[in-house]
Order: sequence, then C-alpha cells, then structure tokens
Amino acid sequence: MSDTAWVPRKRRGAELVLTVMAVGIAISAYCAVGLGVEGRVPAGVFKLSAALIAVAVAANLVIRKVAPYADPVLLPLVLCLNGIGLAMIYRIDLGELDRNPDWDQLANSQLMWTGLGLAAFTIVLLVVRDHRRLQVFTYSFGLAALVLLILPMLPFIGQNIRGARIWISLGPFSFQPGEAAKICLAIFFAGYLAVKRDALALAGRRVAGIDLPRARDLGPIIAGWLVSVGILVLQRDLGSSLLFFGLFVVMLYIATERPGWLVVGAGLFVVGAWFGYTAFGHVRRRFDVWLNPFDDFDQNFQLISALFGLGHGGIIGRGWGLGSPELTPFSFSDFIAASLGEELGLTGLMAILLIYGLIVERGLRISLTCRDAFGKMLAAGLAVSLALQVFIVVGGVTRLIPLTGLTTPFLAQGGSSIVMNWAIIALLLRISDQTRRPAPPVEVNQEDEATQVVRT
Amino acid sequence: MNTPIRRLAVACLVLFMALLVNITYLQAYEASDLNERQNNRRVIDEQFSRERGAIVVAGEPVAESVPSDDQYEFQRTYPEGPLYAPVTGFFSYNFGSTNIEDSFGSLLSGSDDRLFVNRVVDLLANRQPKGGSVELTIDPVAQQVAAAGLAALGDGTKGAVAALDPSTGEVLALVTQPSYDPNALASHDFSATTDVYEALTSDPNQPMLNRATQQIQPPGSTFKLVTAAAALSQLDLNPGSEVRGGTTLDFPGIDYTLPNQGNGNCGGDVITLEEALNISCNVTFGDLAGKVGQEALLEQARKFGFGDDLIDSIASNASRFTTEGTDLEAPQLAQSGIGQFEVAATPLQMAMVAAGIANDGVVMTPYVVDQVLAPNLSVLEENEPEEYGRALDSGDAAALRQMMVSTVQSGTGTSARIPDVEVGGKTGTAERGSGLPNLAWFVSYATAGDRQVAVAVMVESAQANDDISGGRLAGPIARAVMEAVLAP
Repeated sequence: MSDTAWVPRKRRGAELVLTVMAVGIAISAYCAVGLGVEGRVPAGVFKLSAALIAVAVAANLVIRKVAPYADPVLLPLVLCLNGIGLAMIYRIDLGELDRNPDWDQLANSQLMWTGLGLAAFTIVLLVVRDHRRLQVFTYSFGLAALVLLILPMLPFIGQNIRGARIWISLGPFSFQPGEAAKICLAIFFAGYLAVKRDALALAGRRVAGIDLPRARDLGPIIAGWLVSVGILVLQRDLGSSLLFFGLFVVMLYIATERPGWLVVGAGLFVVGAWFGYTAFGHVRRRFDVWLNPFDDFDQNFQLISALFGLGHGGIIGRGWGLGSPELTPFSFSDFIAASLGEELGLTGLMAILLIYGLIVERGLRISLTCRDAFGKMLAAGLAVSLALQVFIVVGGVTRLIPLTGLTTPFLAQGGSSIVMNWAIIALLLRISDQTRRPAPPVEVNQEDEATQVVRT
Repeated sequence: MNTPIRRLAVACLVLFMALLVNITYLQAYEASDLNERQNNRRVIDEQFSRERGAIVVAGEPVAESVPSDDQYEFQRTYPEGPLYAPVTGFFSYNFGSTNIEDSFGSLLSGSDDRLFVNRVVDLLANRQPKGGSVELTIDPVAQQVAAAGLAALGDGTKGAVAALDPSTGEVLALVTQPSYDPNALASHDFSATTDVYEALTSDPNQPMLNRATQQIQPPGSTFKLVTAAAALSQLDLNPGSEVRGGTTLDFPGIDYTLPNQGNGNCGGDVITLEEALNISCNVTFGDLAGKVGQEALLEQARKFGFGDDLIDSIASNASRFTTEGTDLEAPQLAQSGIGQFEVAATPLQMAMVAAGIANDGVVMTPYVVDQVLAPNLSVLEENEPEEYGRALDSGDAAALRQMMVSTVQSGTGTSARIPDVEVGGKTGTAERGSGLPNLAWFVSYATAGDRQVAVAVMVESAQANDDISGGRLAGPIARAVMEAVLAP
C-alpha cells in the first residue's frame, strides 16, 4: 500500500463534455430526420434543443449538488439513448402523418415524459440520500411490487391492450405498473437476500460438481417462479414474466455465490416455458412465428416487416428519415430497435447496443465496488435486469429469440418506461456516489487500541 | 459476492455479443435474401422510384423506365407490349416480377453488387442511383415475323416459336401466343393491375404461360430426329440402310398394332432410312426405337437436353422422355420412338435438337442475355457461347442433315423450302387425346454461307390431322423466321 490515500475524483467536468456530445447527437438526429423526410430542418428544433439542454443541464446540476461522486458516464449514455429515441419517434410521426393526417403525434408527449423522467430522477436522488436506508423498507417494497403487479387485474382500472393485461388507466393517464414493479422487486430481492443469503448458501448437496440447494430452501425460488408463472397466466405477459424470473434467479446467485441456483432456475424456466407452450396458444404462436416467420405473411406481418426493414437498412442504413420504418406496426415502441436498424443500419444499431452494454457495464462496476451487500445486489440486479430486458426485446425483434412484448429502455415511446428507467439510473448513481465518496476521516480511539487482539 | 458479479458481467457480455452477431448476420449477410423476398414493400417502393435499367434488343429498348409525375417518379413501359413479354416478363408493384425483370432484377434496379461503385459515386454526387441494362440476343425481325406468323393463324390459336443460332446457342426468337401486355401490369394504378392480373391468371388460355419454354407437350414425329440419331449411332445405320416399312408394327403376344398416319404402307415393306424420315413412317421409327432400346434412346434424348432446365433467366421447364422410373413395354417404347406416350418437349428443346444436328452434332447451351451493362454502358458481363455437349458424331449429324434436307425438298416438309438455301426440317403432328386439338410441329434448320439458324414451331390446331397438314400450318412460320435471320 502506498501511503497516500486514493482520493476519488468527481469527474463532473468529463460528464459535462460527454453530455454535450450526447445532446449534440440527439439534436443532430432530430435535424437529420427533418432533412431526410421533408428536406428542411424541422420547425420544432429549437423547442426540442431547449428541452434537451434543459434536461441535461438540470440533471448535471442535480448530480453536482446531491451526488457529486456519482459515476460520470451513465448520465450522458442515457441522455444519448433518450435523444435518439425522441428523434426516431418524431421520424415515425412524420411517416405516419404522411399516410394518415389524423395520426396522433407521439413525439411531444414523449418529450413531456422525458421531463417527468428527469423529475423522477431528481426526486430519487433527493429523497434517497443513502441507498442503505432503502433496505429498511424491504418488505414494503415487496408488497408494493405485488400490488403493482395485481393492479392491472383489477376491474375498472385494469386494461387489456393487445392481448396483454398489463395496463392500468386512471382518467386520461394510462400506466404500465410492471415497470415500477421491476424496481420494487429489485429492492425487495436485494433487501431480502442480503439478510437471508447465509441460510440459503450453507447446507446442500453436491451433484456433478455443482452445489445444489436443500429442498427446504427452495421455498423462495418456488415463490418467485410462481409469481412469474402467475404473470404469464393471468396477464399473458411473456416478456415481464421472463424478466422478473431472470432477475430473481440472478440475484439469488449473487447472494449465495452458488451456481446451483442457476441450475435450479434454468430447470424451472424450462418447465415454465414448456407449460406455457403447451397451455397457451399465444405462447405457441410466438414460438412458431420465431421458427418460421415467412409461413404466413399476413399473420406475421409485424415481424416480417421488421426483418425486411433491418435487411433493407443493411450495413450503413437508409439514413434518418429515408427508410420506411413506419410500415412496421408499433415501430415507435416495441419495434423501435428495428426502426433504428433500418435507418441507421447495422452500424447505428451496434452503436446503440454498445451504449446499452456500457450502461450495464457501469452498473456492474458500481456493484463490484460497492461495499455493502444490499447495495451490491441492488446495483447488480438493476444492471442485469437492464441487460436482460434489452436482450429480450432486441433479440425478439431481430428474431434471435421468440418475440415477447417489453419496452426498449429509454428509446421506446411510453411514459412509464421512460420515467422508471430514469429512476433506475438515479438509484445506480446514488449507489455509485455512496461507493466512491471518500470515507469520513476516522479518529483513532485510544480505548480501541487496548482491546486489539494480540497474536502470539 | 464479487465472483458471481464478475461471472454475470461475462454472461451479459455473451448476451450482447449474441445480439451483435445476430444483427450482423441479419443486416450484413441475410439482407440480400430478405431484400429478394416477395411482398417486400420497401424494396418494391425503392425499385419503383428508381430509374430502372432498360432491356434492349438490337439497340432498341423493349422495356424501359420513363419519368412519370406521380410519387414513384418512373413508369416502366414496354414499347412492343406483348411481343417480348415471354422474354422480358413484367415488373409490377403488387405482383412482383418475372423472367428477365426478375432474374436480372437487382441489376436493373441498380442494387446489384457489381454496381456498388456506381452507387457510391451516385451517393457522393447526390444523384439518384440508376440501374444497369440488359441486352438480349433476340433478332427483332425474326421475333416479329414469328409472332406475325402465329397471329395469322387466328387470335384463338395457341402456339409458340423458338429460334436458336446453332453455333452459339443464342436465342434469336422466342414467341408465344396468346401473350399479354406487361404495360397493363406495370401501371401505377394498383386496382387496375389487380383486375388485369386476375383476368390473366383466370384466363383458360393461360396468356402468361410461356409455351416456348414452359409448356411440355408431345413432340410427335419431330422426335423421330432423336430416334434416328440414336439408330444411326447405335445400330450403325446410314441414310441408305434398309429399314422396316409396311402398314403396321405388331408386337408378339400383345394385342396392339402401331399404325402409320392415314394407315399408309410407307411405300413398301422395306424402305431406306432416308425414305422413312421423308414420309415420317411410324412403323420404321417404332421398330427402330425397339431395336435401340429404352436406355440408349433415353441417353440420346438426354444428350440433346431432355431432362434439363435448359435456359437460365427465364421461366422454363425440362422436357422429358418418360416420367421418372417408367419401364417401357414394347408398344410404349415404339410410341415413345415417334414422340408419343410420355414424351413431352418444349419448342425450345426441339429447336435445340435441330441446332445440335446443324452444328455438326454439338449442342450449345441456349442463352437469351447477350450483355449486361452498367449505367455508364461499361460491360459488366458478356455471355460466351457454352457447349452443352456432343449429341452425335459429325458423320451422323451430316447423315441426319441430308435426310432432313430431302424431307424439305421432297417429303412432308416442302412448305419450308427457301430457294438457294440449305433447309432441313421435320414435321410432326402429335395427338394429345381427351378431346384436345392436335399439335402441329415443325423443327428445322437453315444454312446460308456462315449464317445458321434452327427453329421449332408448335401450333395447337384441330386442322392438324397428319404430318402434311401439320407441315402446312407450322412450316411457313419456320420458313419466315429462317428467312428473317438469314436475310443479309
């Protein structure tokens, strides 16, 4: 050890430079959409620029003020994705308006939701001054998650949209509580496992080099699995079911350090998947579409159109505003990755995936450096859930895996998703601030000195 | 707890790598397959709004894109309408494309890999990319003459003509009747094109069927050329060899006799091979088929191209000697020897038979695209004549030519005589049974100086009762086409 203590740098200046680049990318993308579609810079460019710059500056100031040691890369990455998403939603608005003058424009509301996302981001950073305080509310968050998951099933406020019952509507607002439930579940799992990890990790049998847990310890994982299956059965939401279960298994693994849980989890997943396949027509259909999308052009039009778009985009893409992403139904939400692949090409889509990869990497790095078990698990859980979500949704639209409905974080149109993902980033920043903040100077107590254990 | 987190980081890396590899496969490798799929509106829209390259015959476009003032900017037009439809095919927004428009689609639309540099240059210069053009081997006069000949038989008459240059395999004429107007399918009025397409596909006369390359029908007596070729080589005969004539061919122990057309006796019980071909004696060739045997006859037919899809780039079907795995009984083999039973051929195939005989026994692979040009008219691809194979040796080819010439001079094929030109031919009348009209065939070649041409004409007609009447229907069309090609 060197005798000069490591002093963490705040790196807020670096963050600002990256933020300027991210906002620059977003505003250029927005201008390019106007030039591509209409041949002129869009009229709303000042409004959008002002709004994005305001968001960026506000976020930067909030971080400087309340989380000065937070990770400097996360915010620019997220701003960049959010800005690209806004540009693509605006682009699809223009494409849809061309075909249907009554099209309800989505870009403005997305911009408003981005503002609300920033609000959520700020509130989380302000209210949660130390992430460890959250552990106190472990079971409250567990209950909240359960309530949020049940909400769409309730009469009157629950809504069945496109075959999945995952929406609630209150007056003019509709909301996907699953997004909020994801955060609550991550906090609950982290809090619960931080306490119970030893009990789960200890006894067990070793089979083929893998430590399998005892049967009596399977309770929690079975419960988690049942909740997932419940979502699948009651809400017909394949994607969320997969995401929650994956999150749970991964956090169990982190807590116990025993790969046996992964084996058990994978086994239960196979059982659940087989059950879903045999019991539900929609699961079976998704699977068949994945294997043979071209068997029925009209039925599988959405996926086929997405694939055609990706193929037509090729390596360098058609360019902003020059493709036809609006041909694909829901090109602005579930299929926004395909829309981006069409206009920005393989190159652009790779860059976007790498941005996601960097966010996940920063999240896991925060988890590694975090000193307390709860924070470690929360950061890792949030990062892995983001990775899983991106994999499930992008893999679905690019036909790597069967298509399941999940939002593409930060890019896709949809208020709940934007707001909740900003909250997730705020939580990660909070944990990283806590982790990198220099420890308060320790006063050496003479009394303690005397009680030191003396080795002989 | 850090070990599982590190492992999970690797797992996340694997997930992202899987996504990246998958989109690379999709967008870099599978993209061209996806772009070529049916119903791909993006590609169709793009192709429709590009200046598509022309399909050219002897310097004149038979398919070209002209500026239009609607959203697609260009309109595909076919100046000659139905005449070249069996070769060019059509280019339609809602029904895809066929023939050259399809097989050279990426080149015509400019998205072919060979035009990559052109596209980059166009991109940098901010110009709309253009497509390349395709030059056909078709002789415009021969094509028109062939179509006019079929049209003269009446609009309701179905038929087809295929003409080849025997020494190269170039397709000089490819005509089918009835045909259709590809302009009607290329229109930007999509409800009108739908009506036209539905009318065309439900028309019992099948105007979109290319009878010259797609429809296989019994070739009748023209197949005797193949039987004769097999007999010359297998049985070591020559035109003067004595062969069996007479009224009927009997089969021991089988209650079936093969008669001649009009129940004649072929001018005697023993005649020469040349006489037999001149008058198209069924007994002779039924008998020779039996002597040669199924194997050798099949082999001879294969050498002329039977069983192969003969031509790239336009829709075609393979001709057949028998259906797969048939073991012919003696009467069936005899019928096969005169081009009946299960023998079925396209006019293009029969033109190849005549071409092989005219070209000293060497059959050339037919092709219809001469050159492929980039938008700046530099040659991207030039088709070189390619040998399909040797069907018979040079001496036997000369013997067959001698017999074909005498058939035109004094046999059933006199309707194809051209003064001062060596013309060899063979007539045929094929029965199709079940109330369908007979087919009149004429297969011929002509040589004048160093110019050669081989033609096959097929006409569906109730008037074709025998070889002579068949020769009267189809022969003049063949003659007109040969004259058009040989005209200086």
